[in-house]
Amino acid sequence: MIRAARAILAKDLRLELRTKESVPAMTLFTLTVYVLFHFGLDRNSLDGSLAAGVLWVTLLLAAVVGVARLFAAEREQGGIEGLLLAPVDLTALFVAKAAALFLFLCAVELVALPAFALLLLGPDLLDPLPELLPVLLLANLGVAAVGALVAALATATRAPELIVTLLLLPLLVPVLIASAQATEPLVRSDPSADELGRWLGVLTLYDVVFVLLSVAVFDFLLED
Amino acid sequence: MYSKGFKPLSVATVVAVATALALIFFYAPLDADQGFVQKIFYVHVPMAMVSLGGFVAGGLMAIRHLRSGDPSWDVRSYVAIHLSIILGVGVLVTGSIWARASWGHWWVWDEPVLVSFLIVFLLYCVYYPLRFSIEDPERQARYSSVFAITAGAFVPLNFLAVRLAQAYTHPRVLSQTGGNLPGEMRPTFLVSLVAMTLLFVTLWKLELTSKHASAQLKSLRRKLAAREPAAV
Repeated sequence: MIRAARAILAKDLRLELRTKESVPAMTLFTLTVYVLFHFGLDRNSLDGSLAAGVLWVTLLLAAVVGVARLFAAEREQGGIEGLLLAPVDLTALFVAKAAALFLFLCAVELVALPAFALLLLGPDLLDPLPELLPVLLLANLGVAAVGALVAALATATRAPELIVTLLLLPLLVPVLIASAQATEPLVRSDPSADELGRWLGVLTLYDVVFVLLSVAVFDFLLED
Repeated sequence: MYSKGFKPLSVATVVAVATALALIFFYAPLDADQGFVQKIFYVHVPMAMVSLGGFVAGGLMAIRHLRSGDPSWDVRSYVAIHLSIILGVGVLVTGSIWARASWGHWWVWDEPVLVSFLIVFLLYCVYYPLRFSIEDPERQARYSSVFAITAGAFVPLNFLAVRLAQAYTHPRVLSQTGGNLPGEMRPTFLVSLVAMTLLFVTLWKLELTSKHASAQLKSLRRKLAAREPAAV
């Protein structure tokens, strides 16, 4: 199972490196949304809850872009049939897709966070970075698990991109709540790590529930 | 197939709803603080509880469907979720009216239960576009079940996250200490809850019976058409 998952993941990463389809699009999308927020809010620098909200809404919207493209290659070129014919457990496909999405999100954040600090954030981002890292990783894990599941759910429908958008955003509300609440004290003008543990706990609970759930139900999708 | 015990059930529902209404209007005291408007509580809260229960029940039926492969469980799950969404509209409307009357605003954001309910409601609304944009019936049943399970697990998680994020202003109806419902309000509320639950189950059975009947009719028609192609 692990070997199959690694093979599929390697395929996806190689595909991404060659076509450069998802990550550059997601990154560009985050930068555009920052510009939109700058004009929409009419603010040159943000801090506190506004900064946390803008950062996390932007990242989650970028995740939607990535999730909508997650099964695009398989769907358009019939790769699913190939995977189904191969003697591989479908769980391997889920693990590979979620891992790919996780890595995509990390790659996007490598650009999106410094860009946010440069363009919009008032307080310094380097000091609270060690506290922010676990929040980012846990949120990415949750988004990756739910995203891979939603992407697979949407493949059978007539309008997959639409279903992904409608389905993913409400499912990610708890991630948004926990991440934004955890980030808010870190990006205040007088940063502190208030209640970080509680929100990391909520994120961990979300991740555990949805990783287990996705693994359990993924077998029923795609098999035809 | 689904009509077994339907008659006593509907009679019980009518009795329970009538009793609940009688208790609400003639037995339960007027709220000292909010007056008559508070009586919407006996509709709003049972509706919300039954609706959330229906969502979770839809998830459990979907688990049954995936484990057994019996498509009738998918229909059961679909009807449960469908009815819960209809009740959900009622919950949001009555909640808004109550919020307007007692807090002065149609919508109160720092109020975890109403906000959680809205998120859950928005998520379940996607059930329709998801279900009806899949054409193959077998696949439709499977994908809908996966959705129902995922969303069913999401309901408690979401309530937890929203509750943690906000201050409490919403009255908690049944807390560990037995709630803050005085004297006659408590039995009235419990009867309303039972009435709403019975109403839900009755409507659920009714809808299932009608779905089953129309499916049977369709297959009989098809058989007839196959037997005498000239006559049709």
